[in-house]
Amino acid sequence: MTGAESPLEEASPTRDATLAASDVVLEAVGLTKRFGAVVALRGIDMHLQRGEVLGLVGDNGAGKSTLVKILCGFHPPDTGKICVEGKEVSFRSVADARHFGIETVYQDLALVPQLTVAQNLFLNRELTRFGKVGWLSAGKMRRLAKSYLEDIKVEIPDIDAEAESLSGGQRQAIAVARATRQNAKILLLDEPLAAMGARESALIVDLVKGLSRDRGVSMIVIDHNYTHLFELCDRLNVIQRGRIAFDQQVKDTSVEELTKFMVSEYRRELAEGQQLLDQ
Amino acid sequence: MQQREFTVILVTLFVIIYFGIANSAFYSTANIITVAQYIASIAVIGFGEVLILVLGEIDLSAGAVYLSSPWFMYFFWTSGMPIGWAIVAAVACCAAIGMINGLITVWLNVSSLIVTLAVNYALFGIVLIGSNDIQVNMPGQTGHFSTIFGVGAWSTILWAAAMMLAIWALLKRTRFGLHITATGGNLLAAAESGIRVRRVKVWCFIIISSSSALIGILDAIRIGSINPGSSGLDTVLPGIVAAVVGGTALTGGRGTIVGAALGAIFLGVLEDGFNLIGVNANWFYLAEGVMILVAMVANIQLGTVARRFRR
Repeated sequence: MTGAESPLEEASPTRDATLAASDVVLEAVGLTKRFGAVVALRGIDMHLQRGEVLGLVGDNGAGKSTLVKILCGFHPPDTGKICVEGKEVSFRSVADARHFGIETVYQDLALVPQLTVAQNLFLNRELTRFGKVGWLSAGKMRRLAKSYLEDIKVEIPDIDAEAESLSGGQRQAIAVARATRQNAKILLLDEPLAAMGARESALIVDLVKGLSRDRGVSMIVIDHNYTHLFELCDRLNVIQRGRIAFDQQVKDTSVEELTKFMVSEYRRELAEGQQLLDQ
Repeated sequence: MQQREFTVILVTLFVIIYFGIANSAFYSTANIITVAQYIASIAVIGFGEVLILVLGEIDLSAGAVYLSSPWFMYFFWTSGMPIGWAIVAAVACCAAIGMINGLITVWLNVSSLIVTLAVNYALFGIVLIGSNDIQVNMPGQTGHFSTIFGVGAWSTILWAAAMMLAIWALLKRTRFGLHITATGGNLLAAAESGIRVRRVKVWCFIIISSSSALIGILDAIRIGSINPGSSGLDTVLPGIVAAVVGGTALTGGRGTIVGAALGAIFLGVLEDGFNLIGVNANWFYLAEGVMILVAMVANIQLGTVARRFRR
Protein backbone atom coordinates (compact mmCIF):
# COMPACT_ATOMS: atom_id res chain seq x y z
CA MET A 1 0.00 0.00 0.00
CA THR A 2 2.67 2.51 0.94
CA GLY A 3 4.59 1.78 -2.23
CA ALA A 4 1.58 2.59 -4.30
CA GLU A 5 0.95 5.86 -2.53
CA SER A 6 4.31 7.43 -3.15
CA PRO A 7 3.51 8.54 -6.73
CA LEU A 8 0.54 10.39 -5.29
CA GLU A 9 2.87 12.82 -3.53
CA GLU A 10 4.87 13.34 -6.67
CA ALA A 11 1.83 14.71 -8.47
CA SER A 12 1.72 17.82 -6.26
CA PRO A 13 1.77 21.26 -7.90
CA THR A 14 5.20 22.09 -6.48
CA ARG A 15 6.72 19.68 -8.94
CA ASP A 16 5.07 21.53 -11.83
CA ALA A 17 6.42 24.83 -10.59
CA THR A 18 10.00 23.60 -10.85
CA LEU A 19 9.71 23.07 -14.60
CA ALA A 20 10.93 25.78 -16.92
CA ALA A 21 7.80 27.74 -17.82
CA SER A 22 8.60 28.06 -21.52
CA ASP A 23 8.67 24.31 -21.99
CA VAL A 24 5.18 23.82 -20.62
CA VAL A 25 2.67 24.21 -23.45
CA LEU A 26 -0.41 23.29 -21.47
CA GLU A 27 -1.02 23.55 -17.77
CA ALA A 28 -4.13 22.90 -15.72
CA VAL A 29 -4.35 24.05 -12.12
CA GLY A 30 -7.07 22.99 -9.71
CA LEU A 31 -9.67 22.06 -12.30
CA THR A 32 -12.98 21.00 -10.80
CA LYS A 33 -16.21 20.03 -12.48
CA ARG A 34 -19.48 18.66 -11.19
CA PHE A 35 -22.58 17.51 -12.99
CA GLY A 36 -25.46 17.93 -10.55
CA ALA A 37 -24.67 15.68 -7.59
CA VAL A 38 -21.80 13.92 -9.36
CA VAL A 39 -18.35 15.38 -8.79
CA ALA A 40 -16.33 14.47 -11.88
CA LEU A 41 -13.12 16.40 -11.18
CA ARG A 42 -11.91 17.32 -7.68
CA GLY A 43 -8.90 19.45 -8.51
CA ILE A 44 -6.79 18.36 -11.46
CA ASP A 45 -3.22 19.64 -11.60
CA MET A 46 -1.40 18.60 -14.71
CA HIS A 47 1.03 19.87 -17.29
CA LEU A 48 2.17 18.97 -20.77
CA GLN A 49 5.61 19.82 -22.12
CA ARG A 50 6.47 20.81 -25.67
CA GLY A 51 6.84 17.71 -27.83
CA GLU A 52 5.76 15.44 -25.02
CA VAL A 53 3.39 12.51 -25.43
CA LEU A 54 1.39 12.15 -22.22
CA GLY A 55 -0.70 9.05 -21.59
CA LEU A 56 -3.89 9.40 -19.58
CA VAL A 57 -5.09 6.29 -17.77
CA GLY A 58 -8.16 5.83 -15.64
CA ASP A 59 -11.13 3.59 -15.04
CA ASN A 60 -14.51 4.47 -16.44
CA GLY A 61 -16.00 7.30 -14.40
CA ALA A 62 -12.62 8.41 -13.03
CA GLY A 63 -12.96 11.76 -14.80
CA LYS A 64 -10.77 11.07 -17.81
CA SER A 65 -13.25 12.02 -20.48
CA THR A 66 -14.49 15.03 -18.50
CA LEU A 67 -10.91 16.30 -18.32
CA VAL A 68 -10.43 15.85 -22.05
CA LYS A 69 -13.72 17.59 -22.80
CA ILE A 70 -12.61 20.55 -20.69
CA LEU A 71 -9.20 20.70 -22.38
CA CYS A 72 -10.74 20.67 -25.88
CA GLY A 73 -13.22 23.40 -25.01
CA PHE A 74 -16.39 21.29 -24.96
CA HIS A 75 -17.14 21.86 -21.23
CA PRO A 76 -16.04 24.88 -19.18
CA PRO A 77 -14.51 23.94 -15.79
CA ASP A 78 -16.32 25.02 -12.58
CA THR A 79 -13.12 26.30 -10.99
CA GLY A 80 -9.42 26.24 -11.77
CA LYS A 81 -7.45 27.61 -14.65
CA ILE A 82 -5.93 26.47 -17.93
CA CYS A 83 -2.75 28.03 -19.32
CA VAL A 84 -1.51 27.65 -22.87
CA GLU A 85 2.16 28.52 -23.24
CA GLY A 86 2.11 30.31 -19.91
CA LYS A 87 -0.93 32.47 -20.61
CA GLU A 88 -4.21 31.86 -18.90
CA VAL A 89 -7.01 31.09 -21.34
CA SER A 90 -10.72 30.32 -21.15
CA PHE A 91 -12.43 28.33 -23.88
CA ARG A 92 -16.04 29.05 -24.70
CA SER A 93 -16.16 26.46 -27.48
CA VAL A 94 -14.22 23.76 -29.29
CA ALA A 95 -13.43 26.34 -31.97
CA ASP A 96 -11.95 28.56 -29.24
CA ALA A 97 -9.62 25.80 -28.07
CA ARG A 98 -8.65 25.08 -31.67
CA HIS A 99 -7.74 28.73 -32.05
CA PHE A 100 -5.13 28.15 -29.32
CA GLY A 101 -3.81 25.11 -31.19
CA ILE A 102 -5.61 22.40 -29.22
CA GLU A 103 -7.36 19.84 -31.37
CA THR A 104 -9.09 16.52 -30.73
CA VAL A 105 -8.64 13.81 -33.33
CA TYR A 106 -11.38 11.25 -33.81
CA GLN A 107 -10.60 8.38 -36.07
CA ASP A 108 -13.92 7.93 -37.81
CA LEU A 109 -15.59 11.24 -37.13
CA ALA A 110 -12.87 13.31 -38.72
CA LEU A 111 -12.90 12.30 -42.36
CA VAL A 112 -15.51 12.45 -45.11
CA PRO A 113 -15.46 8.94 -46.63
CA GLN A 114 -16.41 10.12 -50.13
CA LEU A 115 -13.69 12.76 -50.37
CA THR A 116 -10.10 12.06 -51.41
CA VAL A 117 -7.09 12.15 -49.12
CA ALA A 118 -6.11 15.59 -50.44
CA GLN A 119 -9.65 16.95 -50.13
CA ASN A 120 -9.89 15.69 -46.56
CA LEU A 121 -6.53 17.23 -45.64
CA PHE A 122 -7.75 20.63 -46.83
CA LEU A 123 -11.38 20.31 -45.65
CA ASN A 124 -12.76 23.81 -45.07
CA ARG A 125 -9.25 25.23 -45.57
CA GLU A 126 -9.37 24.81 -49.34
CA LEU A 127 -7.14 26.86 -51.60
CA THR A 128 -9.19 28.70 -54.21
CA ARG A 129 -8.82 30.95 -57.24
CA PHE A 130 -10.88 33.77 -58.73
CA GLY A 131 -11.73 35.35 -55.38
CA LYS A 132 -15.24 34.86 -54.10
CA VAL A 133 -16.24 32.29 -56.71
CA GLY A 134 -14.40 29.66 -54.70
CA TRP A 135 -12.96 27.81 -57.69
CA LEU A 136 -10.78 25.05 -56.21
CA SER A 137 -7.05 24.97 -56.86
CA ALA A 138 -7.19 21.19 -56.95
CA GLY A 139 -3.74 20.60 -58.44
CA LYS A 140 -2.02 22.82 -55.91
CA MET A 141 -3.81 21.15 -53.01
CA ARG A 142 -2.82 17.70 -54.29
CA ARG A 143 0.83 18.75 -54.56
CA LEU A 144 0.87 20.32 -51.10
CA ALA A 145 -0.95 17.36 -49.57
CA LYS A 146 1.53 14.97 -51.13
CA SER A 147 4.60 16.86 -49.97
CA TYR A 148 3.17 17.34 -46.48
CA LEU A 149 2.46 13.63 -46.10
CA GLU A 150 5.99 12.91 -47.33
CA ASP A 151 7.38 15.38 -44.78
CA ILE A 152 5.70 13.63 -41.88
CA LYS A 153 6.46 10.22 -43.46
CA VAL A 154 2.89 9.04 -43.91
CA GLU A 155 2.80 6.71 -46.88
CA ILE A 156 -0.49 6.82 -48.74
CA PRO A 157 -0.23 5.07 -52.11
CA ASP A 158 -2.77 7.32 -53.83
CA ILE A 159 -3.50 10.92 -52.84
CA ASP A 160 -6.69 10.73 -54.95
CA ALA A 161 -8.02 7.66 -53.14
CA GLU A 162 -11.29 8.19 -51.33
CA ALA A 163 -10.98 8.03 -47.54
CA GLU A 164 -13.47 5.16 -47.59
CA SER A 165 -10.97 2.93 -49.38
CA LEU A 166 -8.23 3.45 -46.75
CA SER A 167 -7.48 1.24 -43.78
CA GLY A 168 -8.33 2.36 -40.25
CA GLY A 169 -4.69 3.18 -39.56
CA GLN A 170 -4.35 5.25 -42.71
CA ARG A 171 -7.53 7.16 -41.86
CA GLN A 172 -6.21 7.83 -38.37
CA ALA A 173 -2.93 9.03 -39.86
CA ILE A 174 -4.76 11.38 -42.25
CA ALA A 175 -6.86 12.75 -39.39
CA VAL A 176 -3.70 13.44 -37.33
CA ALA A 177 -1.95 14.89 -40.37
CA ARG A 178 -4.81 17.26 -41.04
CA ALA A 179 -4.86 18.53 -37.48
CA THR A 180 -1.12 19.21 -37.46
CA ARG A 181 -1.10 20.70 -40.95
CA GLN A 182 -3.64 23.20 -39.69
CA ASN A 183 -1.20 24.25 -36.96
CA ALA A 184 -2.47 22.22 -34.06
CA LYS A 185 0.21 22.32 -31.33
CA ILE A 186 -1.56 20.05 -28.87
CA LEU A 187 -3.43 16.96 -30.01
CA LEU A 188 -5.88 14.99 -27.90
CA LEU A 189 -5.99 11.42 -29.19
CA ASP A 190 -8.71 9.03 -28.04
CA GLU A 191 -7.58 5.38 -28.31
CA PRO A 192 -5.49 6.00 -31.43
CA LEU A 193 -4.45 2.35 -31.69
CA ALA A 194 -7.85 0.77 -31.04
CA ALA A 195 -8.74 -2.12 -33.33
CA MET A 196 -5.51 -1.98 -35.32
CA GLY A 197 -3.15 -4.69 -36.48
CA ALA A 198 0.60 -4.57 -35.83
CA ARG A 199 1.45 -2.83 -39.12
CA GLU A 200 -1.28 -0.26 -38.65
CA SER A 201 -0.16 0.41 -35.08
CA ALA A 202 3.42 0.87 -36.22
CA LEU A 203 2.26 3.51 -38.72
CA ILE A 204 0.56 5.54 -35.99
CA VAL A 205 3.34 5.03 -33.41
CA ASP A 206 5.93 6.27 -35.92
CA LEU A 207 3.73 9.22 -36.87
CA VAL A 208 3.11 10.26 -33.26
CA LYS A 209 6.79 9.90 -32.30
CA GLY A 210 7.91 11.73 -35.43
CA LEU A 211 5.52 14.65 -34.92
CA SER A 212 6.54 15.09 -31.28
CA ARG A 213 10.27 14.77 -32.01
CA ASP A 214 10.59 16.72 -35.28
CA ARG A 215 7.80 19.26 -34.99
CA GLY A 216 7.39 19.70 -31.25
CA VAL A 217 3.74 18.67 -31.33
CA SER A 218 2.50 17.73 -27.86
CA MET A 219 -0.08 15.03 -27.38
CA ILE A 220 -2.38 13.63 -24.76
CA VAL A 221 -3.27 10.01 -25.46
CA ILE A 222 -6.20 8.31 -23.76
CA ASP A 223 -6.06 4.54 -23.84
CA HIS A 224 -7.05 1.52 -21.75
CA ASN A 225 -4.33 -0.62 -23.22
CA TYR A 226 -1.08 -0.31 -21.21
CA THR A 227 1.03 -1.85 -23.99
CA HIS A 228 -0.16 0.85 -26.39
CA LEU A 229 0.54 3.55 -23.82
CA PHE A 230 4.07 2.35 -23.07
CA GLU A 231 4.75 2.19 -26.79
CA LEU A 232 3.48 5.71 -27.51
CA CYS A 233 4.06 7.86 -24.45
CA ASP A 234 6.88 9.69 -22.69
CA ARG A 235 4.97 10.09 -19.44
CA LEU A 236 1.89 8.60 -17.81
CA ASN A 237 -0.76 10.14 -15.62
CA VAL A 238 -3.36 8.08 -13.81
CA ILE A 239 -6.58 9.84 -12.99
CA GLN A 240 -8.53 8.48 -10.06
CA ARG A 241 -11.65 9.86 -8.42
CA GLY A 242 -11.20 13.20 -10.12
CA ARG A 243 -7.52 13.68 -9.26
CA ILE A 244 -4.16 12.87 -10.83
CA ALA A 245 -2.97 10.00 -8.63
CA PHE A 246 0.14 8.85 -10.51
CA ASP A 247 2.68 10.77 -12.54
CA GLN A 248 5.73 8.92 -13.87
CA GLN A 249 8.07 9.05 -16.85
CA VAL A 250 7.57 5.90 -18.92
CA LYS A 251 11.31 5.12 -18.65
CA ASP A 252 11.04 5.17 -14.84
CA THR A 253 8.08 2.84 -14.58
CA SER A 254 6.75 -0.36 -16.05
CA VAL A 255 3.54 -2.09 -17.02
CA GLU A 256 3.87 -4.11 -13.79
CA GLU A 257 4.14 -1.04 -11.58
CA LEU A 258 1.18 0.63 -13.28
CA THR A 259 -0.91 -2.52 -13.02
CA LYS A 260 0.02 -2.89 -9.33
CA PHE A 261 -0.96 0.71 -8.70
CA MET A 262 -4.32 0.36 -10.41
CA VAL A 263 -5.13 -2.92 -8.66
CA SER A 264 -4.15 -1.67 -5.19
CA GLU A 265 -6.38 1.35 -5.67
CA TYR A 266 -9.20 -0.94 -6.69
CA ARG A 267 -8.64 -3.07 -3.55
CA ARG A 268 -8.59 0.00 -1.33
CA GLU A 269 -11.90 1.19 -2.74
CA LEU A 270 -13.32 -2.26 -2.20
CA ALA A 271 -12.14 -2.25 1.43
CA GLU A 272 -13.60 1.21 2.04
CA GLY A 273 -16.89 0.09 0.59
CA GLN A 274 -16.85 -2.96 2.88
CA GLN A 275 -16.17 -0.69 5.89
CA LEU A 276 -19.13 1.50 4.98
CA LEU A 277 -21.33 -1.58 4.71
CA ASP A 278 -20.10 -2.86 8.08
CA GLN A 279 -20.98 0.36 9.87
CA MET B 1 -18.16 7.12 -60.05
CA GLN B 2 -17.19 7.05 -63.71
CA GLN B 3 -18.03 3.39 -64.05
CA ARG B 4 -21.51 4.13 -62.71
CA GLU B 5 -22.02 6.66 -65.46
CA PHE B 6 -20.63 4.14 -67.92
CA THR B 7 -23.29 1.55 -67.13
CA VAL B 8 -26.08 4.13 -67.66
CA ILE B 9 -24.55 4.95 -71.04
CA LEU B 10 -24.68 1.25 -71.92
CA VAL B 11 -28.30 0.85 -70.86
CA THR B 12 -29.35 4.06 -72.65
CA LEU B 13 -27.50 3.07 -75.85
CA PHE B 14 -29.27 -0.27 -75.69
CA VAL B 15 -32.76 1.31 -75.63
CA ILE B 16 -31.79 3.85 -78.33
CA ILE B 17 -30.61 1.06 -80.64
CA TYR B 18 -33.65 -1.06 -79.84
CA PHE B 19 -36.18 1.69 -80.64
CA GLY B 20 -34.18 2.73 -83.72
CA ILE B 21 -34.46 -0.78 -85.11
CA ALA B 22 -38.12 -1.07 -84.11
CA ASN B 23 -39.09 2.18 -85.86
CA SER B 24 -36.87 4.17 -88.23
CA ALA B 25 -38.84 7.36 -87.46
CA PHE B 26 -37.05 7.30 -84.12
CA TYR B 27 -33.98 8.94 -85.71
CA SER B 28 -35.94 11.69 -87.54
CA THR B 29 -35.11 15.28 -86.60
CA ALA B 30 -38.71 15.90 -85.56
CA ASN B 31 -38.60 12.99 -83.14
CA ILE B 32 -35.21 13.95 -81.73
CA ILE B 33 -36.59 17.44 -81.03
CA THR B 34 -39.61 15.90 -79.29
CA VAL B 35 -37.34 13.78 -77.08
CA ALA B 36 -35.05 16.73 -76.36
CA GLN B 37 -37.97 18.91 -75.28
CA TYR B 38 -39.29 16.14 -73.08
CA ILE B 39 -35.89 15.53 -71.50
CA ALA B 40 -35.06 19.15 -70.63
CA SER B 41 -37.31 19.50 -67.60
CA ILE B 42 -36.55 16.01 -66.24
CA ALA B 43 -32.85 16.72 -66.54
CA VAL B 44 -32.93 20.15 -64.88
CA ILE B 45 -35.04 18.90 -61.97
CA GLY B 46 -32.66 15.92 -61.84
CA PHE B 47 -29.56 18.18 -61.56
CA GLY B 48 -31.11 19.99 -58.61
CA GLU B 49 -32.06 16.69 -57.01
CA VAL B 50 -28.45 15.49 -57.33
CA LEU B 51 -27.31 18.37 -55.10
CA ILE B 52 -30.13 17.66 -52.64
CA LEU B 53 -29.54 13.89 -52.64
CA VAL B 54 -25.79 14.38 -52.11
CA LEU B 55 -26.75 16.30 -48.97
CA GLY B 56 -28.78 13.29 -47.87
CA GLU B 57 -32.04 15.19 -48.29
CA ILE B 58 -34.82 15.04 -50.88
CA ASP B 59 -37.01 17.69 -52.52
CA LEU B 60 -40.51 16.60 -53.58
CA SER B 61 -41.66 20.16 -54.23
CA ALA B 62 -39.48 20.81 -57.32
CA GLY B 63 -42.26 19.58 -59.63
CA ALA B 64 -44.83 21.87 -58.05
CA VAL B 65 -42.32 24.74 -58.27
CA TYR B 66 -41.81 23.90 -61.96
CA LEU B 67 -45.59 24.01 -62.50
CA SER B 68 -46.37 27.09 -60.40
CA SER B 69 -43.51 29.37 -61.57
CA PRO B 70 -45.25 30.17 -64.94
CA TRP B 71 -48.37 31.05 -62.94
CA PHE B 72 -46.36 33.47 -60.80
CA MET B 73 -44.93 34.95 -63.99
CA TYR B 74 -48.41 35.19 -65.48
CA PHE B 75 -49.77 36.97 -62.39
CA PHE B 76 -46.88 39.47 -62.45
CA TRP B 77 -47.36 40.03 -66.19
CA THR B 78 -51.14 40.60 -65.93
CA SER B 79 -50.50 43.09 -63.12
CA GLY B 80 -48.50 45.17 -65.63
CA MET B 81 -44.90 44.02 -65.26
CA PRO B 82 -42.78 43.74 -68.46
CA ILE B 83 -42.36 40.08 -69.40
CA GLY B 84 -38.61 39.92 -68.69
CA TRP B 85 -39.07 41.29 -65.19
CA ALA B 86 -42.05 39.02 -64.65
CA ILE B 87 -39.75 36.03 -65.29
CA VAL B 88 -37.14 37.39 -62.88
CA ALA B 89 -39.77 38.04 -60.21
CA ALA B 90 -41.30 34.58 -60.62
CA VAL B 91 -37.90 32.88 -60.30
CA ALA B 92 -37.20 35.01 -57.21
CA CYS B 93 -40.50 33.90 -55.66
CA CYS B 94 -39.54 30.28 -56.26
CA ALA B 95 -36.08 30.89 -54.81
CA ALA B 96 -37.87 32.10 -51.68
CA ILE B 97 -39.95 28.92 -51.64
CA GLY B 98 -36.71 26.92 -51.80
CA MET B 99 -35.36 28.97 -48.93
CA ILE B 100 -38.48 28.18 -46.88
CA ASN B 101 -38.00 24.45 -47.64
CA GLY B 102 -34.41 24.68 -46.47
CA LEU B 103 -35.00 26.81 -43.39
CA ILE B 104 -37.81 24.60 -42.08
CA THR B 105 -35.66 21.52 -42.70
CA VAL B 106 -32.53 22.76 -40.93
CA TRP B 107 -33.97 24.98 -38.17
CA LEU B 108 -37.15 23.17 -37.19
CA ASN B 109 -35.62 19.73 -37.79
CA VAL B 110 -38.48 18.44 -39.93
CA SER B 111 -37.49 15.81 -42.51
CA SER B 112 -37.12 17.41 -45.93
CA LEU B 113 -39.32 14.66 -47.38
CA ILE B 114 -42.27 15.92 -45.34
CA VAL B 115 -41.49 19.64 -45.64
CA THR B 116 -41.25 19.52 -49.42
CA LEU B 117 -44.29 17.23 -49.74
CA ALA B 118 -46.31 19.77 -47.75
CA VAL B 119 -44.97 22.63 -49.88
CA ASN B 120 -45.83 20.59 -52.99
CA TYR B 121 -49.50 20.44 -51.94
CA ALA B 122 -49.54 24.05 -50.76
CA LEU B 123 -48.24 25.26 -54.14
CA PHE B 124 -50.84 23.14 -55.94
CA GLY B 125 -53.49 24.85 -53.81
CA ILE B 126 -52.09 28.33 -54.44
CA VAL B 127 -52.21 27.73 -58.21
CA LEU B 128 -55.81 26.42 -58.04
CA ILE B 129 -56.92 29.41 -55.94
CA GLY B 130 -55.04 32.01 -58.01
CA SER B 131 -56.22 30.64 -61.34
CA ASN B 132 -59.81 29.85 -60.32
CA ASP B 133 -59.03 26.49 -61.92
CA ILE B 134 -59.06 28.04 -65.40
CA GLN B 135 -56.38 27.32 -68.04
CA VAL B 136 -54.63 30.41 -69.49
CA ASN B 137 -52.40 31.23 -72.47
CA MET B 138 -48.80 32.23 -71.81
CA PRO B 139 -47.43 35.62 -72.94
CA GLY B 140 -44.15 35.91 -74.86
CA GLN B 141 -45.06 33.80 -77.89
CA THR B 142 -43.49 35.98 -80.62
CA GLY B 143 -40.16 37.44 -81.76
CA HIS B 144 -36.54 36.72 -80.83
CA PHE B 145 -37.53 36.70 -77.19
CA SER B 146 -39.72 33.63 -77.63
CA THR B 147 -37.09 31.83 -79.74
CA ILE B 148 -34.56 32.14 -76.94
CA PHE B 149 -37.00 31.60 -74.08
CA GLY B 150 -38.62 28.30 -74.91
CA VAL B 151 -40.26 28.48 -78.32
CA GLY B 152 -37.15 27.75 -80.41
CA ALA B 153 -36.96 24.01 -81.13
CA TRP B 154 -33.64 23.59 -79.28
CA SER B 155 -34.20 26.33 -76.72
CA THR B 156 -35.11 24.33 -73.62
CA ILE B 157 -32.52 21.59 -74.16
CA LEU B 158 -29.79 24.23 -74.64
CA TRP B 159 -30.87 25.95 -71.43
CA ALA B 160 -30.78 22.55 -69.74
CA ALA B 161 -27.27 21.93 -71.11
CA ALA B 162 -26.10 25.31 -69.80
CA MET B 163 -27.56 24.54 -66.38
CA MET B 164 -25.86 21.13 -66.45
CA LEU B 165 -22.48 22.78 -67.00
CA ALA B 166 -23.11 25.35 -64.30
CA ILE B 167 -24.33 22.86 -61.66
CA TRP B 168 -21.62 20.33 -62.56
CA ALA B 169 -18.94 23.02 -62.11
CA LEU B 170 -20.56 24.10 -58.86
CA LEU B 171 -20.55 20.57 -57.44
CA LYS B 172 -17.19 19.33 -58.71
CA ARG B 173 -15.02 22.40 -59.08
CA THR B 174 -15.92 24.84 -56.32
CA ARG B 175 -15.43 25.03 -52.59
CA PHE B 176 -19.20 25.17 -52.11
CA GLY B 177 -19.65 21.91 -54.04
CA LEU B 178 -16.98 20.19 -51.95
CA HIS B 179 -18.83 21.34 -48.85
CA ILE B 180 -22.07 19.84 -50.23
CA THR B 181 -20.32 16.47 -50.51
CA ALA B 182 -18.75 16.85 -47.07
CA THR B 183 -22.07 17.79 -45.47
CA GLY B 184 -23.84 14.81 -47.02
CA GLY B 185 -20.93 12.40 -46.56
CA ASN B 186 -20.19 13.06 -42.89
CA LEU B 187 -22.31 15.77 -41.30
CA LEU B 188 -20.40 15.71 -38.00
CA ALA B 189 -16.97 15.93 -39.61
CA ALA B 190 -18.13 18.74 -41.88
CA ALA B 191 -19.58 20.71 -38.97
CA GLU B 192 -16.47 19.96 -36.85
CA SER B 193 -14.23 21.40 -39.56
CA GLY B 194 -16.24 24.63 -39.40
CA ILE B 195 -18.35 24.21 -42.54
CA ARG B 196 -21.70 25.94 -42.01
CA VAL B 197 -23.70 22.86 -42.90
CA ARG B 198 -27.12 24.46 -42.42
CA ARG B 199 -26.27 27.30 -44.76
CA VAL B 200 -25.01 24.82 -47.36
CA LYS B 201 -28.31 22.92 -47.19
CA VAL B 202 -30.49 26.03 -47.46
CA TRP B 203 -28.54 27.21 -50.52
CA CYS B 204 -29.05 23.87 -52.26
CA PHE B 205 -32.81 24.10 -51.73
CA ILE B 206 -32.68 27.62 -53.21
CA ILE B 207 -30.73 26.35 -56.23
CA ILE B 208 -33.10 23.47 -57.04
CA SER B 209 -36.17 25.73 -56.72
CA SER B 210 -34.68 28.48 -58.90
CA SER B 211 -33.52 26.15 -61.67
CA SER B 212 -36.82 24.21 -61.67
CA ALA B 213 -38.70 27.53 -61.81
CA LEU B 214 -36.70 28.73 -64.80
CA ILE B 215 -37.14 25.57 -66.84
CA GLY B 216 -40.85 25.55 -65.84
CA ILE B 217 -41.34 29.03 -67.30
CA LEU B 218 -39.46 28.12 -70.49
CA ASP B 219 -41.53 24.96 -70.95
CA ALA B 220 -44.77 26.90 -70.36
CA ILE B 221 -43.79 29.51 -72.99
CA ARG B 222 -42.92 26.67 -75.38
CA ILE B 223 -46.24 24.89 -74.86
CA GLY B 224 -48.15 28.20 -74.93
CA SER B 225 -50.67 27.55 -72.18
CA ILE B 226 -50.71 26.46 -68.56
CA ASN B 227 -53.11 24.09 -66.87
CA PRO B 228 -53.70 24.47 -63.12
CA GLY B 229 -54.54 20.79 -62.63
CA SER B 230 -51.09 19.23 -63.33
CA SER B 231 -49.58 17.09 -60.58
CA GLY B 232 -46.30 18.20 -59.02
CA LEU B 233 -45.34 14.71 -57.87
CA ASP B 234 -45.75 13.31 -61.41
CA THR B 235 -43.30 15.99 -62.50
CA VAL B 236 -40.67 15.69 -59.77
CA LEU B 237 -40.42 11.91 -59.55
CA PRO B 238 -38.94 11.42 -63.07
CA GLY B 239 -36.26 13.94 -62.07
CA ILE B 240 -35.42 11.93 -58.93
CA VAL B 241 -35.45 8.70 -60.95
CA ALA B 242 -33.08 10.27 -63.51
CA ALA B 243 -30.66 11.24 -60.71
CA VAL B 244 -30.76 7.82 -59.03
CA VAL B 245 -30.63 5.73 -62.23
CA GLY B 246 -27.70 7.95 -63.22
CA GLY B 247 -25.74 6.81 -60.18
CA THR B 248 -26.56 9.25 -57.37
CA ALA B 249 -26.93 7.56 -53.99
CA LEU B 250 -30.12 8.08 -51.98
CA THR B 251 -27.99 7.86 -48.82
CA GLY B 252 -25.98 11.02 -49.46
CA GLY B 253 -22.35 11.84 -50.19
CA ARG B 254 -22.31 10.69 -53.79
CA GLY B 255 -23.79 12.24 -56.87
CA THR B 256 -23.14 12.74 -60.54
CA ILE B 257 -24.62 15.51 -62.67
CA VAL B 258 -23.60 13.81 -65.91
CA GLY B 259 -25.31 10.66 -64.64
CA ALA B 260 -28.53 12.60 -64.05
CA ALA B 261 -28.39 13.88 -67.64
CA LEU B 262 -27.95 10.33 -68.89
CA GLY B 263 -30.78 9.15 -66.65
CA ALA B 264 -33.03 11.85 -68.11
CA ILE B 265 -32.09 10.79 -71.65
CA PHE B 266 -32.90 7.19 -70.70
CA LEU B 267 -36.36 8.15 -69.39
CA GLY B 268 -37.03 10.41 -72.37
CA VAL B 269 -36.06 7.79 -74.92
CA LEU B 270 -38.16 5.20 -73.08
CA GLU B 271 -41.29 7.37 -73.04
CA ASP B 272 -40.86 8.44 -76.66
CA GLY B 273 -39.90 4.98 -77.88
CA PHE B 274 -42.92 3.29 -76.34
CA ASN B 275 -45.15 5.92 -77.92
CA LEU B 276 -43.47 5.50 -81.27
CA ILE B 277 -43.68 1.70 -81.47
CA GLY B 278 -47.30 2.05 -80.35
CA VAL B 279 -47.32 0.24 -77.05
CA ASN B 280 -50.90 -0.07 -75.85
CA ALA B 281 -51.61 2.75 -73.38
CA ASN B 282 -52.65 0.22 -70.76
CA TRP B 283 -49.28 -1.49 -71.00
CA PHE B 284 -47.26 1.71 -71.08
CA TYR B 285 -46.73 2.27 -67.34
CA LEU B 286 -46.05 -1.40 -66.64
CA ALA B 287 -43.37 -1.41 -69.34
CA GLU B 288 -41.87 1.86 -68.07
CA GLY B 289 -41.76 0.58 -64.50
CA VAL B 290 -40.10 -2.67 -65.48
CA MET B 291 -37.51 -0.85 -67.60
CA ILE B 292 -36.59 1.51 -64.76
CA LEU B 293 -36.06 -1.48 -62.49
CA VAL B 294 -33.98 -3.26 -65.14
CA ALA B 295 -31.81 -0.15 -65.63
CA MET B 296 -31.25 0.24 -61.90
CA VAL B 297 -30.41 -3.44 -61.33
CA ALA B 298 -28.07 -3.46 -64.34
CA ASN B 299 -26.44 -0.33 -63.01
CA ILE B 300 -25.71 -1.84 -59.59
CA GLN B 301 -24.74 -5.30 -60.84
CA LEU B 302 -22.45 -4.05 -63.62
CA GLY B 303 -20.91 -1.62 -61.13
CA THR B 304 -20.12 -4.48 -58.75
CA VAL B 305 -18.59 -6.54 -61.55
CA ALA B 306 -16.50 -3.60 -62.75
CA ARG B 307 -15.18 -2.96 -59.21
CA ARG B 308 -14.23 -6.60 -58.78
CA PHE B 309 -12.50 -6.49 -62.14
CA ARG B 310 -10.38 -3.52 -61.13
CA ARG B 311 -9.14 -5.13 -57.90
